[in-house]
Amino acid sequence: MSVAGATSPENTPLLEIRGIAKRFGSAEVLKNISLHIAAGEFTTLLGESGSGKTTLLRLVAGFERPSSGEIWMSGERLDTLPPYERRVNTVFQNYALFPHLSVRENVAYGLRVRATPKDQIAARVNDALDMVKMRDFAAARPATLSGGQQQRIALARALVNRPKLLLLDEPLSALDANLRKEMQSELKSLQREIGVAFLFVTHDQEEAMALSDRIALVRNGALEQVASPREIYSHPATAYAAQFIGQTNLLRGEVRGGTAACGEIRIQPVSGPDGPATFSLRPEAIRKVSDATIGTPYMTFKATIRQQIYGGATELLEVDCAGQLLRVRVSAGEALHGEHEFIFSPRDAIRIRD
Amino acid sequence: MYTRTYKTLVAVPPLLWVGVFLLLPYALMFAHSFWLVRDGFLVHQWNVQNYRALFSNPLYVQVFLRTARIAVCVTLFSLLLGYPLAYYLSFHAGPRKELLYQLVIIPLWVSYLVRGYAWKTILGSDGVLNGFLQYLHITREPVGFFLYSPFAVILMLTHIYTPFVFLPIYASLEHIPRPLIEASQDLGANRRATFLRIILPLSIPGLLAGATFAFVLSLGDFLAPLLVGGPSATMIANIVQSLFGAAYDWPLGAAISVCILSITILLLFATERIEKRWSFK
Repeated sequence: MSVAGATSPENTPLLEIRGIAKRFGSAEVLKNISLHIAAGEFTTLLGESGSGKTTLLRLVAGFERPSSGEIWMSGERLDTLPPYERRVNTVFQNYALFPHLSVRENVAYGLRVRATPKDQIAARVNDALDMVKMRDFAAARPATLSGGQQQRIALARALVNRPKLLLLDEPLSALDANLRKEMQSELKSLQREIGVAFLFVTHDQEEAMALSDRIALVRNGALEQVASPREIYSHPATAYAAQFIGQTNLLRGEVRGGTAACGEIRIQPVSGPDGPATFSLRPEAIRKVSDATIGTPYMTFKATIRQQIYGGATELLEVDCAGQLLRVRVSAGEALHGEHEFIFSPRDAIRIRD
Repeated sequence: MYTRTYKTLVAVPPLLWVGVFLLLPYALMFAHSFWLVRDGFLVHQWNVQNYRALFSNPLYVQVFLRTARIAVCVTLFSLLLGYPLAYYLSFHAGPRKELLYQLVIIPLWVSYLVRGYAWKTILGSDGVLNGFLQYLHITREPVGFFLYSPFAVILMLTHIYTPFVFLPIYASLEHIPRPLIEASQDLGANRRATFLRIILPLSIPGLLAGATFAFVLSLGDFLAPLLVGGPSATMIANIVQSLFGAAYDWPLGAAISVCILSITILLLFATERIEKRWSFK
């Protein structure tokens, strides 16, 4: 139990992951991970495949035991409990619906094995099916449903148990692009509506940005950065975070006396100590001087257009500034050639750890 | 794709095989069961005497019931041994899985007769088991009922058919996607509930296939009673054998065979229907 009175209940995080490490044989999959999740929060574990994000989820669900560290939920030790005694539920990557049971029986499963009264089961299953708009399919077998429908049933089957925390393991990765977008927005509004905390695993940074209150970026079994999507995008902590979430230009150079020199590009003012430094400058933070309305202070540089990639409302320019290649996002316009002058605010050049 | 002639040419050999070696013998057997033997000669006279004799003579009914009882016991015991074994191998054996699997399979390569005689040396009155019991002073005299009893037949057939029961059950357990088991536990089902509600139902096709193997093969077995059964464990196939041999009453033997065949076919139909009900893919 947590120390009573030391923290008010609102301040106690729903889930506390404390210094979790996981080794499979000699392979260290997770290294000393600590993460708090608040009640009702939508947290995403974002990372490349093999980064350890799914292992972390499985540790919370109870399918794996940590090699060291502890997991606590609402003041109770979680990591020592078997999965069937944890008040968390999981939506599996390929849904894992029971093929021999109907949709209704699938959704009722968790309530049945916990010996919920019969009349309650019927009502709660109906509510859960209504919630995902699948009431009409109650009698169907999972195999007769489409991927999107199976996805909804998997959600209903988990949420009917009223978990405090729902774990989702790449739940949208098996769907095609259009359905995926649709399910994303449904998932988000559902989460807001029911107020259950979601811990969501994905390798898709766009999905993570669209859904999350907070993103925990996982890299090689460690947390690279934990922040809101806006924060992580506008103030990436590391070069990896800057490149993994959105596109960016990495400018490497020297800081001396509040000015950074990265090749031909100057950044001023710069905070922090003198010495070698890396900056992240998003392509959309750079404009052509001709259509810029940037306040002071501003930096300018001249560069030659190498490529122009059309992308509908905007287009991406690849420009060459004395051998340094940069990407610039501008609103779509006429074809550009030759040398142009570009401008950016030094506030948009974020000093990051390399 | 393929021409008509080609398809016909390819189809002929297997059809011939099935026709000559399966359908024709069955047809002959069926016909024989409606003929009769008079003064030591087969008479091609259509009648239902054989079937009447079969059902009116209590000996046949008694032997048949005993056979069915033995087959049911063998099926049950093979399931009781084979299912836990398959379950253990599939879910808990870990890296030893491959080795254990081979250990289950190897006895299948040993001749049926060798295994039969092995049981004789184990169960006989001066056999291994009696020697051991006397050595431990648990018994003073050799125990006689180990060998030449229905018990010995059930023991031997269970030993022989357990791998046959094990294999389809193991296959069906291996086919259960592991996330289903995790999902069940995730939803609050402990090991026992997960077994009863998920694993067992999904392994029913394998369980039925295994049970059918054991039952049908035991039902028609005549070597085990011959080797270790003795007169008190005579089974229906021994009667058929003697009717076709020394007793020279092929029509009656054929009638019994037709009955066994019908039961077997009915059973296969029934299990197939249940298996269909329980297979999901």
